[in-house]
Amino acid sequence: MSEQRLLLSGNEAVALAARDAGVRLGTGYPGTPSTEILEEFDALGGHAQWAPNEKVALEVGIGVSWGGGRTLVTMKHVGVNVAADPLFTLAYTGVAAGLVIVSADDPGMASSQNEQDNRRYAVASGVPMLEPSDSQEAYDFALQAFTLSEMFSLPILFRMTTRVCHSKTVVKRKEPTAAPPSRAYQRDIPGRVMIPAYARPAHRRLREKLHKVYDWTESCGLNYEILNDLSLGIITSGVTYMHAREAAPDASFLKLGATYPIPVEKMRVFASKVKRCLVIEEGDPYLEEAARAAGIPVEGKSEAFRFGELNVSRVRRILAGENTEPAPETAGGVPPRLCPTCPHRLVFMALGRLGCVVAGDIGCYTLGVLPPFEAMDSCVCMGASIGVGLGLRHAMPDAEAKRVVSVIGDSTFIHSGITGIVEMVYNPPKTGHVVIILDNGTTAMTGLQEHPGTGRALDHQPANQVIIEEICRAIGVTDVHVVDPVASGVEEFESLVRKCLDNQKLTVIVARRPCALLERKLKALNAASQTVCSGT
Amino acid sequence: MKKTTNIVVAGLGGQGVITASDILAEAAFRAGFDVKKSEIHGMSQRGGSVSSDVRYGEVVFSPMVPEGEADFLVVLDPSQIEYNRHVLHPQGELITPDIFFDEDEGISDLDDLDADETIPITKRTLNTAVLGALSARLEIPESAWLEAIAANLRSAYLNDNTEAFLFGRRRNNSGA
Repeated sequence: MSEQRLLLSGNEAVALAARDAGVRLGTGYPGTPSTEILEEFDALGGHAQWAPNEKVALEVGIGVSWGGGRTLVTMKHVGVNVAADPLFTLAYTGVAAGLVIVSADDPGMASSQNEQDNRRYAVASGVPMLEPSDSQEAYDFALQAFTLSEMFSLPILFRMTTRVCHSKTVVKRKEPTAAPPSRAYQRDIPGRVMIPAYARPAHRRLREKLHKVYDWTESCGLNYEILNDLSLGIITSGVTYMHAREAAPDASFLKLGATYPIPVEKMRVFASKVKRCLVIEEGDPYLEEAARAAGIPVEGKSEAFRFGELNVSRVRRILAGENTEPAPETAGGVPPRLCPTCPHRLVFMALGRLGCVVAGDIGCYTLGVLPPFEAMDSCVCMGASIGVGLGLRHAMPDAEAKRVVSVIGDSTFIHSGITGIVEMVYNPPKTGHVVIILDNGTTAMTGLQEHPGTGRALDHQPANQVIIEEICRAIGVTDVHVVDPVASGVEEFESLVRKCLDNQKLTVIVARRPCALLERKLKALNAASQTVCSGT
Repeated sequence: MKKTTNIVVAGLGGQGVITASDILAEAAFRAGFDVKKSEIHGMSQRGGSVSSDVRYGEVVFSPMVPEGEADFLVVLDPSQIEYNRHVLHPQGELITPDIFFDEDEGISDLDDLDADETIPITKRTLNTAVLGALSARLEIPESAWLEAIAANLRSAYLNDNTEAFLFGRRRNNSGA
């Protein structure tokens, strides 16, 4: 096969690499900007599935790896918080077949609640990290990541950012090699059963492995110098490299693709060759701090540039040593809003009229905070609505506590709302509590992905369905209502919520009505499958 | 090195901004250029402002068009012109649907354009029509455009969009 030239997003490039690397299973939870990786992997014929959350996804991935198959686990940056528990111990146990974890970070928070810099996770967990800067590198690095993972018997943290995930750039595809042979399952009790007696030596083994990985990052081709004008040297990684090449076309560069363990000696040698050495990186001063700690004389960026995405203009300002910025253009921009026919609208209208204190959650419905509704008091992380709502009820005076409701979406409920319901039943506030589950039958925010409650798998084919109201009843909630807010209308829905608030029981209201966009998508999918059927 | 061509396509969610920029990037790609295309997905798609950057040339580094360096700013909704104007180079060109407006013919806004039976442009094909106007100003062969349109649209929409594209392209050849 001759070399193929393609125009791919970073996400599509990772999916293609996963196919070319013979990945047995791809798993993850939808989250912008990572979502398209598994969808594309499925479209390319790979076996991909949505897990209920990132922790479960990584745990399944660990099993696949130990069971002998290469595995790709994808999530957005905050998903790694959820998956952090298995991650840290996986670093001790190591992998069998290659395991690559994509962390898709969102500097600038295009669609996220924070802009945490997950390069810190590589350090904290002791997991080697690769950072592609465009789709070609996303493809090349992802292919290499599986080999590296097997070479060091460690998972690889594949750290992407919004602009790498969603930008389309030209990719030259390598001739696919034969899929790696399956590895037979091998029992390894001291290596994988992390009781303290086995975990203590496992930690030492991890540190020894990381010494070897460090030797590799110091010498590998992913970290390289471009020597031009030696009056200015720039150390950089990820998409920032692209901005910096453009902002300073004549400068010398140390371009880092393997960024944990940090190749400190490589930075030292590079810094010694240039007159002025700058570290330019998006987000936290991760490379800069490592350079300074090693006594390497580098300049960093001013604190003003720690926030948001970098781009060519901002890199020019960093190079000029500026420490303030002009305010961004905002006049005339139209913010996102709930769709005109969104069923959530009625719910927020009712909650607004009732003057409820609303502990909110993550999804389209977070837009209920914006005018004309302004019916949300908090949004922290996936599933937090229930715990925060319960806490408010515990602390506030009874008269006010009685107005507190938790609002959570169906996918978010499956992701991490179930344990919140357990907490509610186990530690009920004395005024009771009301949880409203906005069930629109899809993971709408990220682009209408399936989840265990929809009755369809990632590829939209029928699957076992988890019934939300049955879960709530099984946990011990006795007052469970299932209503269609559109069919019942805002008045009736409002009176139901009022009644439940007055009852002071533990209540779950499932407000069930399919997302307005979902119907169109399902119709298109049906039409597509019928075309396929009639065509064969 | 030959200069990179910078284009920003902007509008509101649902107007086909992303599809238009996908077609544009693919046309440049098929014409053999190095291409980068970038936009933000996710929350910003819920009916809000949307914009997408396309850059092509011999070698393109950053996927985003730097402030004040767009050679062309294509805006599908009039409300989004001022919001995006800052990306345009002082000598850059703004392209909007009003190139199809004609007061004498009673076409002064998008609704009129949509309603006029003699012009093969509706709100659903506005993006490809404006792309046609842009195409008359770029050094990308027509065959690459038509292939890119076919590759990015479902067959049911293909004819209408190809017609709208060619209408926009012919209409603006004189202005190129």
